[in-house]
Amino acid sequence: MALDGVVYTETVVHAAPEQYAADAPYQLAIVEQDGGARITARILDRAQIGERVRFIEERNGVAYYQK
Amino acid sequence: MIGIGKTAFGAFADRDLRSLAVEAVENAMRDAAVAPKQVEAFYLGNFAGPSFVGQNHLAPYVGMAAGFEGIPCTRFEDACASSGSAFFHAWQSVAAGIYDVVVAAGVEKMTSQSTPRVAEILAGAGDMAGEGRAGATFPALFAMIARRHMHQFGTTREQLASVAVKNHANGAKNPLAHMRKVISLEQALAGKPIAEPLTVYDCSLISDGAAAVVIVPLDRAARYTSRFAKVLAVTQTSDHVALDRKADITFFPAVKAAGEKAYKLAGIGPQQIDVAELHDCFTIAEIIASEDLGFTPKGQGGPFAASGATAITGQIPINTSGGLKAKGHPVGATGVGQICDIVIQLRGDAGERQVAKHKIGLAQNLGGSGATCVVTILEAA
Repeated sequence: MALDGVVYTETVVHAAPEQYAADAPYQLAIVEQDGGARITARILDRAQIGERVRFIEERNGVAYYQK
Repeated sequence: MIGIGKTAFGAFADRDLRSLAVEAVENAMRDAAVAPKQVEAFYLGNFAGPSFVGQNHLAPYVGMAAGFEGIPCTRFEDACASSGSAFFHAWQSVAAGIYDVVVAAGVEKMTSQSTPRVAEILAGAGDMAGEGRAGATFPALFAMIARRHMHQFGTTREQLASVAVKNHANGAKNPLAHMRKVISLEQALAGKPIAEPLTVYDCSLISDGAAAVVIVPLDRAARYTSRFAKVLAVTQTSDHVALDRKADITFFPAVKAAGEKAYKLAGIGPQQIDVAELHDCFTIAEIIASEDLGFTPKGQGGPFAASGATAITGQIPINTSGGLKAKGHPVGATGVGQICDIVIQLRGDAGERQVAKHKIGLAQNLGGSGATCVVTILEAA
């Protein structure tokens, strides 16, 4: 699927902005999709740079991925 | 540049935005021996006064309180490069011959909000429809930059921490710095995680403060003072606001371009710079800026910082003020604040922070994750 891709970079956010405080800590990444585009997304399990991730769903305009 | 003025940077519960800005502007006018009625235009940098303190229309709000008489007063907003941008436009108006005496300033009052709310307001300097919605804070964006730099060039946590240790050591000697506390490498490495791999010691401070400068055409400067600084170059560049739109996040194209243009305008190269203030909003940002501005080759910023080359006694002293890390980062005040810190060095007024050779200095002010950059090169009179 064109939305699947590879982790270009990532971080685990501990200090979240007010609206996402309940989610912390969460992993945020830039995913390089197989279709060529890059997207800032959440990763549900923990992935490192270079690892493949699968697109799971879009919720409230945010893409969620998993290894 | 005939006058500089700063407030201390810090958390000042009893000070409002306007009183900080007016103090800096009055200090700069006093330093320049210029009266308010001589000032022909006022350029004020401020990132988020409306969000931090609920006040808009800030430039005349500050300008009238500083005693200006009906002149154009305009606010500039380019995220953390807001006052760099204000200074760039002020300088253009003088260089173009439109005005003879102008004031450029910057101010931010941040500490009246909670830290999570500050993070949310600062996130507005990124792309709120994309990275912001996904939960990116600024520490998170620079953490992703750091991870990629570490992945490609082998930059280490210790090298990042060495920037914090140096800037804290410098800030401890700066009477106007927010945090005057020396830290050890062990402390920096063991800091509370903010966005991995960055700890609290990799992040700049949430501060209140203001800074201002007075500029006039070069051929008139000597009439006011013998201690003026010559503006050799000011350049402003831009790039994508969203980090995920950049092809390569291990450098800042806007910084590289602003630096190259500034060196060309000034007719010098990085090896002629005696002292620099670089935008260390995060430790990784100072490391990358030192590469982008040609102080060290690409990818070598980490070992370069850890080697001591950027210390006060090193080959190119960086952030002798303590930087955003220890001096503080009232975002709208930072660009002009850096310029003031360079002038203090060029005048030989930096006390125990004074660098040995201080003829030419450079200040680099970054907005967002690299969407705006202003580079200024100054020479002692």
